Amino acid sequence: MAQEDRTSVSRRMFLRASGAAAGVVAATGLEGMLAARRAPAFAQGTRLHLLRWNDFIPACDVILRQQLLPEANKLLGADVQLETINANDLQPRITAAIQSGSGADIIMTLHNWPHLYKSGAVDVTDLADWQAKDQGGFYGQSEQAVKDGKSYLALPWSISGLLIAYRKSWFNDMGATAPPKTLEEYRQLGMKLKKKGHPVGQTLGHTFGDAPAWSYPLLWNFGAAERDRASKVVLDSRETVESVKWMTAFWKDACDEGGFAWDDTNNNRAFLAGEISATLNGASIYIAAKRGQEKIKDEKGEPMWRDIDHFPIPNGPAGSWGYHIPFSHMVMKYGKNQKLAKDFLRWLHGKETFQKWFEVAEGFSVGSTKHWEQSPMWGKLDDAMKLYRTAAQASRIVGYAGPPDAKASEVYSKYIVTDMYAKAAQGTAPDEAVKWATGELKRIYG
Amino acid sequence: MEKPIAGGSGSAAPLEVVLPRPGAQRAQPAAITRWLENEKLLAAVLLAPAVILLGLFIAYPFVMGVWLSLSNTSVGNVGEFVGVRNFVKAWHDSIFQTAFRNTFFYTFWATVFKLGLGMWLALLLNRNFRGKRIVRASMLLPFIVPTVLSTFAWRWMFDPTFSVLNWLLYRTGAITTKLPFLSDGVYGMWCAIAVNTWRGMPFFAITLLAGLQTINPDLHEAASLDGANGWQRFWRVTWPLLKPVTLVVVVFSVIQTFSDFQLIYVLTNGGPANSTHLLATYAYQVGVATGLLGEGAAISLFMLPVLFIVVWLQLRYLRRLEGA
Repeated sequence: MAQEDRTSVSRRMFLRASGAAAGVVAATGLEGMLAARRAPAFAQGTRLHLLRWNDFIPACDVILRQQLLPEANKLLGADVQLETINANDLQPRITAAIQSGSGADIIMTLHNWPHLYKSGAVDVTDLADWQAKDQGGFYGQSEQAVKDGKSYLALPWSISGLLIAYRKSWFNDMGATAPPKTLEEYRQLGMKLKKKGHPVGQTLGHTFGDAPAWSYPLLWNFGAAERDRASKVVLDSRETVESVKWMTAFWKDACDEGGFAWDDTNNNRAFLAGEISATLNGASIYIAAKRGQEKIKDEKGEPMWRDIDHFPIPNGPAGSWGYHIPFSHMVMKYGKNQKLAKDFLRWLHGKETFQKWFEVAEGFSVGSTKHWEQSPMWGKLDDAMKLYRTAAQASRIVGYAGPPDAKASEVYSKYIVTDMYAKAAQGTAPDEAVKWATGELKRIYG
Repeated sequence: MEKPIAGGSGSAAPLEVVLPRPGAQRAQPAAITRWLENEKLLAAVLLAPAVILLGLFIAYPFVMGVWLSLSNTSVGNVGEFVGVRNFVKAWHDSIFQTAFRNTFFYTFWATVFKLGLGMWLALLLNRNFRGKRIVRASMLLPFIVPTVLSTFAWRWMFDPTFSVLNWLLYRTGAITTKLPFLSDGVYGMWCAIAVNTWRGMPFFAITLLAGLQTINPDLHEAASLDGANGWQRFWRVTWPLLKPVTLVVVVFSVIQTFSDFQLIYVLTNGGPANSTHLLATYAYQVGVATGLLGEGAAISLFMLPVLFIVVWLQLRYLRRLEGA
């Protein structure tokens, strides 16, 4: 007993020690800064480099540069520099930065990229726990995208919901007064629209957003998947072949066949130019049409935004799933200002700051936590945008039904699922296309 | 000082020569000057900057690339030696096989067109006409403009929805439905060859023109007097004399075209569905975009034996020509 007394820690000692530790954290962390109403003792002008994509809502980059980052600079006593690049170039930049050990201090990541860059990421579990607690818990895919076991490799930032934007009047002309409920209805409607010169637009190209956001849910909606829960490759199934057959028919009957070469911007431009009648996309088409309503008009000379609405990917035989893209911020291990980076993220992801950015996004991005479904902003948005509020609820993530690990990220980065549909649409027999994709998956997953 | 020795004869002004005193000390040149008087050392010093630059930017990355290709290095993870596993994996990869075939196809046809059109242009520019200098200078523009910039312009012209070429062909009645320039693999490959030809033809033209300028016009005159027509003069007089410079320019072009990256990356990014990938772009996709550095390095090293053989054949042929 005496020996236990010497080695054991009493409750009083533990509470005293952890209270003191919390006090130290509070004094030096963000709360300390706010409480003391002065910037912490970072060296004046300490630079923090934040790398993000060129936002599809330009106003989001503007508010970051012109308002939020200057506020952060004052609060943190630092110099936060924002660099924005094409999202397709983010992965090469991350690879180069990690290998060379130098680059941006915080990099925005999409999908489940953090799993691929695990060894270069700082553990931000403390921040993630705080954010989840503060804002009502993360959406499933936001958490899965960044969590490895119990550790968070990046801090979830937002989700870009993807729904099918469509021209109401053109659908009406074909007798569709409401959006199609099933994929087969969508194909039939698309066939009529294509005959009238208004095809559906869908990319099957190597591009980061629209292509996987279509091809992965297409698998799931037919009851197919890359892997089962035991991570065994199960792509080679009757359900997958059926989904490929459907896509091949849909492509020929209803789609603009130039979509093989589209990136994430082509469908926006084609839709706003009146070349296509429907396309899976984030809210950027509607937002751009509304903000540019003086120039973007329909064939009757009316502002096009009034003729745009949205619907989710229609039901397949196994229901309807979406893939809404999770975004996060990763603090880089090679960075020399990791504490500053974490303090900055704590401020940026906080309710007060995020709200300002979130409102400017006008529904293109929803939060990574459920708190933002209750934002009064949704009440101010047009009816066509309201579906985006809860879109993120019905989402799976790449790698399903296995974990969204580094191998799933590799499958995504090689566009294997998208290419399976593209090959079939280009003429390969559906079962051959599925066999090819299964072979590629097995080489990666094992 | 010694009394100068008078030289010369008769009434010539005396030549004064001051001889050093025996035992007197000569001023020593600076140490560095002494070192540089050593020819071997001087050669080493003069070559050093070039060797250092080559070592840093060519040899070191090459050795690193070889090491990476023999390891399972991925982004952020130091790899272990795995032998030729990456090469075997690449060889059995269907996308690699497509990229491998594409690289030969692309290089062959682009070189043929560049040589043919470049030669034709060089022969035209070798004549005298008004504005010759301006035409020769402006002809170089496609080669001088940064590849990324010009390829972006071509990509716009081939755009799947807004192609100005499709618009033109449609308006002139040549087509009724748009051509899938970049959305079909075969079309995409030929578009890439066309852009590469447009870009590389001036290099051929200007180099062959320089070669043509060294040919004595008397030879053509003599051939004409002997009754040779234009083709015969070209084939019997011009072509044999132009062979060495043609070989050099073809080899340079083959090396650049075989390892081409930026044109394909900007124009098609290897799509649609990997059908226009070359070895360089596929190596980039695997190594840098996906982070599998070992596998990407192995894919890129498949270019080495091919290019090595091309250069070796060229040197051998040139030596034979010189011997003849």
